[in-house]
Amino acid sequence: MAEIKKVATRDSYGNALKELGASAANLVVLDADLAGATKTAVFQKAFPERHFDCGIAEANMINVAAGLSTMGLVPFAATFAMFAAGRAYEQVRNTVGYPHLNVKIGATHGGISVGEDGASHQCCEDFALMRTIPGMTVMCPADDVEARKMVKAAYEMTGPVYMRFGRAATPVFHAEDYDFQIGRGEVLQDGTDVAIIANGIMVPEAIEAGRALSEAGISARVINMATIKPLDGELVLKAARECGRIVTVEEHSVIGGLGEAVCSVLAENCPVPVKRIGVNDEFGHSGPAGELLKAFGLCADNIAAQAKALLGR
Amino acid sequence: MTSDEKKSLQLTAVRVREGILTSTHGAKAGHPGGSLSAADMFTYLYFREMRVDPENPRWDDRDRFVLSKGHTAPGLYAALACRGYFPVDELPRLRHIGSFLQGHPNMNTVPGVDMSTGSLGQGLSAAAGMAKGAKFLKKDINVYSLLGDGELAEGQIWEATMFAAHYKLDNLCIIADINGLQIDGRTCDVMNTEPVDAKFEAFGCSVVKINGHDFDEIESAFEKFHANKGSGKPTAILMKTTKGKGVSYMEDKAAWHGKAPNDEEYATGMKELAAARAALEV
Repeated sequence: MAEIKKVATRDSYGNALKELGASAANLVVLDADLAGATKTAVFQKAFPERHFDCGIAEANMINVAAGLSTMGLVPFAATFAMFAAGRAYEQVRNTVGYPHLNVKIGATHGGISVGEDGASHQCCEDFALMRTIPGMTVMCPADDVEARKMVKAAYEMTGPVYMRFGRAATPVFHAEDYDFQIGRGEVLQDGTDVAIIANGIMVPEAIEAGRALSEAGISARVINMATIKPLDGELVLKAARECGRIVTVEEHSVIGGLGEAVCSVLAENCPVPVKRIGVNDEFGHSGPAGELLKAFGLCADNIAAQAKALLGR
Repeated sequence: MTSDEKKSLQLTAVRVREGILTSTHGAKAGHPGGSLSAADMFTYLYFREMRVDPENPRWDDRDRFVLSKGHTAPGLYAALACRGYFPVDELPRLRHIGSFLQGHPNMNTVPGVDMSTGSLGQGLSAAAGMAKGAKFLKKDINVYSLLGDGELAEGQIWEATMFAAHYKLDNLCIIADINGLQIDGRTCDVMNTEPVDAKFEAFGCSVVKINGHDFDEIESAFEKFHANKGSGKPTAILMKTTKGKGVSYMEDKAAWHGKAPNDEEYATGMKELAAARAALEV
């Protein structure tokens, strides 16, 4: 079996910006002294006159992006998820969300797979925070291919977008001709006993869990839900009706993220038993990304075990 | 400017002040104090300084204005109405349910408003973004942003000023309304922001200090802003003003920061403004 290619979606972000920049003359990029880490340095190298470093001042950066957008430019603002969604929450809410400006926020280093930096930098609240802002599109890609297509789709739509990219290199499983669409989930494996709905770097783990469940005689549907808002409610309800049990998986707090978004749709339309897998109302800590993900149960083994438990097996 | 031009501005400023009283009285809420302190500046900006077109509020090449101290929307709305962006008759509907005149400026509902503001500290950053955008697009567009002196305690103001100086935004004109009062009292007691001039100078601005109620001084400040083009330095106009200016019982009173005049107070204020107009028309 060939070696699986691994790419961090932050690299995809930088590469996609550079690729888009060649044809999109109105695309500008802002960073807050993290261009090397967020990978906007890739764009900066190609288009230095369109890359504005704002220094370590994320609140200002978000509002500068708002101002730029009113001049007909399409700003992509980059920093770590903790500072984009956390530090600058109110700037995003009041000066991007409320006026519904065409600002794209590309937040890298989301979740506990940030690793060694520890809890202060492991943002597990960004989906929750961004979801509460009316009109905000919130997304998290599962691999390199999806991340690059997502950046392009974000540029092509009008309105505010929040995208979370990861630090760690993760498997690339999509083919280049994958048809990504904002607001639409993707069925990766069909099944009828249980549906696993995941996003971001949890998707490859969910795929592996799906395979393991199949081998154990359990028919698991695996869904990649890259858009958290607007959620593909139809796909969620179809899964509930046809599978009757749902497991959600995200590298995010179980509070306010994908799991609760799925539960909201289910509770009002088709209540079925759900197990939410995520970070359980606690802070992260330092460690290598792979070991941390295992320690927090964000891995294929635990997903499969939880699915079995939900089925009473 | 000629004496006739000055008189015309002074008469317009009376109309703007009447609009501030009418709107806050109609709303039974709002912020008259800081609106009145900046009424002469609103008047000068919209009637003499800015290249704008009320018939085409979204004209691409217009100058931009960002009211960073967004709570003084009544002053901005009154100036916009007097300038012809929308009927003056709408002003009493300020803050009413269903009105486009939201409590704080909304760029998507009020013609002439270039940025939604209200949360202090954020407007100047957006203005800096506009100025940066104009430079990037090689357009001769000026961006003006009005701040309150209490607002200067917000750290983001200094992030924005640092950004503006770093990117040589000499098309950005920062205007600080130094009326010396904020909600909780005197600015020097609540959180001393002085020396404001030394701060803006240290952050890389060209500083001009004026009396914000004197149209000759306002004119000379903007002449300096225009002369400053090419220097790479943003301009900071620090205008000393009186909160509540033009309505005797409101002048220099923190209590009138965010309180509407009742019927009796409204009548008194309007009478005073009518007298001010009559004195000018002699």
